Amino acid sequence: MGDAWTIATKDLRRRLRDRTAVLVALVLPFGLAFIFSLTLGDVESRGFEATYAVVDRDASGHLPAEFTALLERLDFVTLREAATEGAAESLAEDGTVDAVIVFPEGFTERVQGGRGGAITVIADPDASISSLVAESLTTSFASNLDAIGLSVALGAEAGRPTDDALVARAQAVAPVAELRTADADDRAVTQSSFFAIGMAVFFLFFAVEFGVRGLLEEREEGTLARLLVAPISPSSVIGGKALASFAVGLVSTTLLVLATTWLLDARWGDPLGVTVLVLGGVLAAVGVTALVATLATTTAQAGAYVSIVAVVGGLLGGTFFPISQAGFLGTIRFLSPQGWLMEGFQALAYGGTVGEIAGPLLGVFTIAGVTGSIAWARSRRMVAA
Amino acid sequence: MESAEVLRCTGLRKTFGDRVAVDDVGFEIAPGETYGLLGPNGAGKTTTISMICGLLTRDAGRVTLQGRELDTTTIDVKAAIGFVPQEVAIYPDLSARENLRFFGKLYDLSGRELDARIDRILETIGLADRGDERTDAFSGGMKRRLNIGLGMLNDPILLVLDEPTVGVDPQSRNAILDSVEALASEGMAVLYTTHYMEEAERLCDRVGILDEGTVKAEGTRRELISLVGEHDRLRIEAHGDLAAAAAAAAGVPGVEEAAPRDGGLDLLARDARASLADVVRAVDETGAGITSMEVREPNLEAVFLHLTGKALRDEG
Repeated sequence: MGDAWTIATKDLRRRLRDRTAVLVALVLPFGLAFIFSLTLGDVESRGFEATYAVVDRDASGHLPAEFTALLERLDFVTLREAATEGAAESLAEDGTVDAVIVFPEGFTERVQGGRGGAITVIADPDASISSLVAESLTTSFASNLDAIGLSVALGAEAGRPTDDALVARAQAVAPVAELRTADADDRAVTQSSFFAIGMAVFFLFFAVEFGVRGLLEEREEGTLARLLVAPISPSSVIGGKALASFAVGLVSTTLLVLATTWLLDARWGDPLGVTVLVLGGVLAAVGVTALVATLATTTAQAGAYVSIVAVVGGLLGGTFFPISQAGFLGTIRFLSPQGWLMEGFQALAYGGTVGEIAGPLLGVFTIAGVTGSIAWARSRRMVAA
Repeated sequence: MESAEVLRCTGLRKTFGDRVAVDDVGFEIAPGETYGLLGPNGAGKTTTISMICGLLTRDAGRVTLQGRELDTTTIDVKAAIGFVPQEVAIYPDLSARENLRFFGKLYDLSGRELDARIDRILETIGLADRGDERTDAFSGGMKRRLNIGLGMLNDPILLVLDEPTVGVDPQSRNAILDSVEALASEGMAVLYTTHYMEEAERLCDRVGILDEGTVKAEGTRRELISLVGEHDRLRIEAHGDLAAAAAAAAGVPGVEEAAPRDGGLDLLARDARASLADVVRAVDETGAGITSMEVREPNLEAVFLHLTGKALRDEG
């Protein structure tokens, strides 16, 4: 570990002297986030509007009505009526509504029985931000219902008959979504948050890239042979590179989180969730870029490969523009670590907790583990001729 | 187990695909001895020392350093090796001192001991007053000197230099050769690869002639030359009875042939330097006056040509 640290500190010293590293890791992402939020924040301030339709197939239950009432209280939401699911889908397809929220038959009864229920959100693929908002509102509402269902289920499992008073008390809990009714200022914060997150995630892959192609750089500079003749293990050399990458990624992302919070009023959300997701994201970025670098034979080639992966992954993951959660793109965005990171960070920015980003965390840590392991094995082969 | 030699390698073999780069190479180096691997580009010199330094896995053979096995998985034994690669291997955006400090730490050096060694190395390589400058501002010769200094930093038992003077100006080259001679005189074992015959002749106690991956011959310079039957030439500028002088010189033991020519004598001797005093005495006794003498010894270039049928360096 000592030798790896020695190599990492040497690399970090060199990168600090190379001003392009500071530019890519800090100045560019912050600058672009600032410009985007300034430009698009102005558009946002003219007013965000969304049109939704709620299909209530749970005629005997009261929960769909509660959700509809919640939407009616939001001044940026316009509700359209739709008698059937088919009619609502047609409205979404022709763009009349941005999203359709469907409550299935027997939904209220299932929730109150502690058996849970599924609310379906059908989005207009061309209305990505409105779709995201619809999904967020629905998720918040569902989270609250899960808590109610759990209380009821626990009561029943204890051997007592379902307590109507408990159910009634649980139902009286204020819906979380109601607390998140956004005013104009909040919406501006959301906009700057999106671009702060997007730029931090996008440039993270460029920030960590220098370290992982460091092995190739050492080989080109002739210093790899000198390192390998020294009484240290080849793993220390590879570990040193990974450690330096990780340190740069962690420091640059942390500084970006702090700077965008203080200077751009970006909202990142739950600090614990952000910390864990940043750690996972940096590890995933190191793993992916290291793997890509091992496919190259020169630093120039590695730089080009990493750029391609970072740009394609960034676009696919929605770092510049929100990706519709429906359709093909909505699914394949999770092939990229950027997609998982955007999903997780946006959930946190909308008020989610570390527990609510289990999926994105699993995604980024899995990508980090798989790509990191393969990159490590390939790097070992690279240094052991 | 105590070992008399510092380095012993036997039966080294390395192939790259179908191409045999090194085959059955072996030699030993004693303390204070400088061993040269002389051969043209592509002869297998770098492959051989890469296997010796544990940089390259070998297909066959064995390497021991002071009796301890050395391969690509060895770590501790490598602490006794100083390595000077063919290409300048330094970090251009670090100063000379920072380069030395970084590699020193990898050899577990720290604190005052490391500082003292850095100062001593900078002094030795003539960069004491430029130690804090970034090396990308250095001239080619200065970089080369630092490259060698890095190899000496750990006070190695075996110093391996892979063609350290390639592309170096004559002044820096001379300084490098002086440094290597000084290190060997202090008892360091040196493995020196080169395709410059003059360097091998000047530095090396013993030379292995390497071509197409195999050692064609090995020994001291004298042994190699005698191996191919070459003789020293001695030219004596003289006046007087040159025929009598030539006859007298021809009678000196070790002198194979002596003839008067162009106002002087031309002699062929097995070892001209050894016979020189007797030749002078014999010529003097004939009454001939000697005005100058020149010994022309056969060189390794001739040996290489004899052994391989080709020149050491491509003329261009």
